[in-house]
Amino acid sequence: MVCCFLIHTVCSVNALSAGGSRVLYSRVFGPEDNSETDPERRRLLQKERLLALARRVRTAISLHRDAAGSPCVECVLGEEAVALGEADFGVLRLGAGQPFPAEHTLLWLGVQNLAFTLVCEMHENLLLAEGTLRNLARHCMEELRLLGHGSEILLKRDRIDAMLHRYLPHGQLLFLNHRFTHILDKELSAYGNK
Amino acid sequence: MLLLAKTHTEQLQALYSSILRESLPLSIHELCSGLGTDLRWSSYVAAVALSQAACKDDVAPVCQHLLKQLESRQPDGQVCKHTLPILTKLVNYSPDILTEDQVNLVSRKLVDWLRYASMQQGASMSSGGFFSGSRARQPVPVTEVDGTVAGDFFTVLCVGHSFGEDQWMNMYTFSMIRKWLLTYDTEGTSGGESDHLCRIQFMLAQDHDDRSEVDSSVVSMVSATSSCSRLLAPKERLREKAFEYCHRLIEQSDRKAIKRTDTELQKACIVEAVTIMDIICKEDPSYVYRAFPSVKALYGRLSGELTYARALIPIAQFYLNHSEMAAVDSEAVYRQLFARFPSELFNEPTLAYELVQFCRANMAVLENGVALYRQSFPNLFKFLAWNSPALVSDYMELLPSLMCPDTAVEVLHSLLDLPCLAATLELQQRSATCQASERVLWDTGSKLASTLETFRQPSYRGFFLYILRPEAGSGDTIDRLNVLHDVLAEMAACPRVMQCAQVVPVLLHVFFNNVTKFADQKLINQLALVLLERSSLLYNIKQFKIELFRVFSTHIRALCKLHPSLIVEQSRELLDFCGSTANIYSREELYTNVVWLIGEYLSVAHNPRCSVELITKFFEGLEAVLFEISQVRQSASPPSYPPRVLTTLMTTMAKLASRSQDLIPRVSLSLSKLCTFARSRPAQASYSEEDTEEIVTRAHELTNLLKLPSVAQFVLAPPPLGESPRWHRDTNASLPRAMRAISELLHKQSSFMPA
Repeated sequence: MVCCFLIHTVCSVNALSAGGSRVLYSRVFGPEDNSETDPERRRLLQKERLLALARRVRTAISLHRDAAGSPCVECVLGEEAVALGEADFGVLRLGAGQPFPAEHTLLWLGVQNLAFTLVCEMHENLLLAEGTLRNLARHCMEELRLLGHGSEILLKRDRIDAMLHRYLPHGQLLFLNHRFTHILDKELSAYGNK
Repeated sequence: MLLLAKTHTEQLQALYSSILRESLPLSIHELCSGLGTDLRWSSYVAAVALSQAACKDDVAPVCQHLLKQLESRQPDGQVCKHTLPILTKLVNYSPDILTEDQVNLVSRKLVDWLRYASMQQGASMSSGGFFSGSRARQPVPVTEVDGTVAGDFFTVLCVGHSFGEDQWMNMYTFSMIRKWLLTYDTEGTSGGESDHLCRIQFMLAQDHDDRSEVDSSVVSMVSATSSCSRLLAPKERLREKAFEYCHRLIEQSDRKAIKRTDTELQKACIVEAVTIMDIICKEDPSYVYRAFPSVKALYGRLSGELTYARALIPIAQFYLNHSEMAAVDSEAVYRQLFARFPSELFNEPTLAYELVQFCRANMAVLENGVALYRQSFPNLFKFLAWNSPALVSDYMELLPSLMCPDTAVEVLHSLLDLPCLAATLELQQRSATCQASERVLWDTGSKLASTLETFRQPSYRGFFLYILRPEAGSGDTIDRLNVLHDVLAEMAACPRVMQCAQVVPVLLHVFFNNVTKFADQKLINQLALVLLERSSLLYNIKQFKIELFRVFSTHIRALCKLHPSLIVEQSRELLDFCGSTANIYSREELYTNVVWLIGEYLSVAHNPRCSVELITKFFEGLEAVLFEISQVRQSASPPSYPPRVLTTLMTTMAKLASRSQDLIPRVSLSLSKLCTFARSRPAQASYSEEDTEEIVTRAHELTNLLKLPSVAQFVLAPPPLGESPRWHRDTNASLPRAMRAISELLHKQSSFMPA
């Protein structure tokens, strides 16, 4: 099972401190393992955890890019396929308490200045998780025009919700063959065109 | 309430759901009552309920609702599409949310969905359309991923233009079945008799297996071997059906998919199927005999292809868990895993991660049962060298399992060579890509090009072969390591190498903390020697060296404490090390610590073989160093020796003198010389006033102490018992009294002070 999905920045954002990262979209597939009882504090803890994840991924991506020594390819709107082809991918183990009480596996996909992050359980099928993450990232890139300067990602988060509703319902990774995917794709575009 | 209204479009539903998830909790009961109102959107309602739940009681109503829906299946065959994902999430959150009966109920449902989904394509989703009328009614069978008509039963690897509800549920069921089995399939049920039956079945199947290798038949034999399972309990029946499903998936994964995405899905299905089989076999060992033929055939099919490397890890897990029971040889699988993958696929981050997690999960079994595991540590280090930031925490756990008395020294050398390994792998990678592309590319960067050129030169081949060796045992290290360092000098600035160098100190700490658990005297001697030797043979990264000297110092102290006679046993090497002033510049931290260790442990108390001659020898060595320092200082541009080195040298000499009192006049002379010289002009130029003060005071104190040799002996080499906490409390014990006496000697009686 996947416990959360994040889209966040990995470049420096003016309003944030140097190591900071802005979370553009987050979805926690609840109920989560949260020790707080007060709802306000629960929410706060959850947000803190997501920020911690974003920071961790940001570090991992910059280390990865340094090591690979590959210059970042600047793609513009319409070149989503190229940007995804050049994307960096990596896996991390989140130890117990960092930040979830149990161990987890984190998969990240760095597309230029954005990162797509999936946190799943330790013994999850990583081949499937990787495929799902790439599929989600492709949809987000294409439909929300993430390479442009717009703010559609913030304004159209219901689309991402609808996307997750289909490809990752309640955090369940699905074994979708190309026909299943095709049908869901069609449903999704029908959702978008309404 | 908005969320529960029936008439909304999905957009509104999605928006409401996402807003409510972020707001304060609603009444769960109210939400649950809304779950049934509109099946299309009940998944959105459930998402709100789940995300706001804080305890088991909060989610129980959702669970009850889902189960009720499952039980009283509506006449039109409609259930909430996301029933299973929601249920899995609930079960994941709190496994005891379902009662035994409920588990059985769901298990029965799962069997139906898993095994008895229709083989015809579902009615087309696009309703209407002028021409679709009559054709849509005609049943069209689903096909396999390669386009042939599917036989046997429906699986996620069957494709059709559209899918019926049961086929969707089949897909959802398979997606969650592993989690379900892990949670609820917990009691073994095989009887002795069925075990025997299965053994025979296994032999027959193996026989069949041998034949089918020839024509690699695609005819499914799953249903044929399926036993009459109608009579089994729901859980066992589910186990049986899940097993058959996995068996069929493995067969289907042999087909050549038309679409690339389906090829990827096939790989994921192999991983899932083998893992599920493993879970089932663990619960009910009688399945082992049925599972092995197909897993073995699968291994035979995939082992040659590196693109399927990740699928081999669950296979290896299967072998590890069950090969002994089925008496199947598993050596080849491990060889593939530990010998081939790390050297050929070190740059695959996910494979590295999965393999490392495999090792972590099976550490205890691997270190005792699979000799190749420990043997392959040089190979396993390749993953770490290539991707150190992501893997360091895992290797901190793995390292102890890779160490044993036979390999400890080699592991230590390999850890120290880790940045070299990273540099070499980087070279190897670049060399491979350069060969593929144009030579022109690397002609431009002349420095790197020359390094690449060297990498290909046969004269250096031996060095690189050693660094890239797949297995331990070809000697702990090599001669002329510095040549290799020189060759790789250009690579030291490469970010990957730097990242790798940063993890070495951490791993060394793990190494030493662990090695002391099993090391005998001989090994400790060896390790101490390696530290001294390698301190001058490190890959030239400045920060790396500084950090490493710190680590070396800490652990050479620990080794000496553990085994004090080390000082006597390795006296020649230690003397050589301390006797050279060059070591002070390059390895100040280590040098200071070694000098201190000599003063501390070179005594009869720690080793009866410690003779007066030996003490004198050490003393003379240090005396010469101190002399050299004070002489060099007279020259025009004195190198600056840290005051800490000087005070340590002085104290150590005083300690040695207190043990062999003939040396006292000599040490007093040296100390007074050093005093005058610390006040000299060139020295003062490089020391601050406080430093000078410190040196002079220390010299005076030591001189005064040595005037009363018996007191000096007591103060400079307190009996080991002095460390026990009792001394501080018991005012009548001799140490506090002695301390008082000494402080009076040093401070009050000024007549003791030299003129």
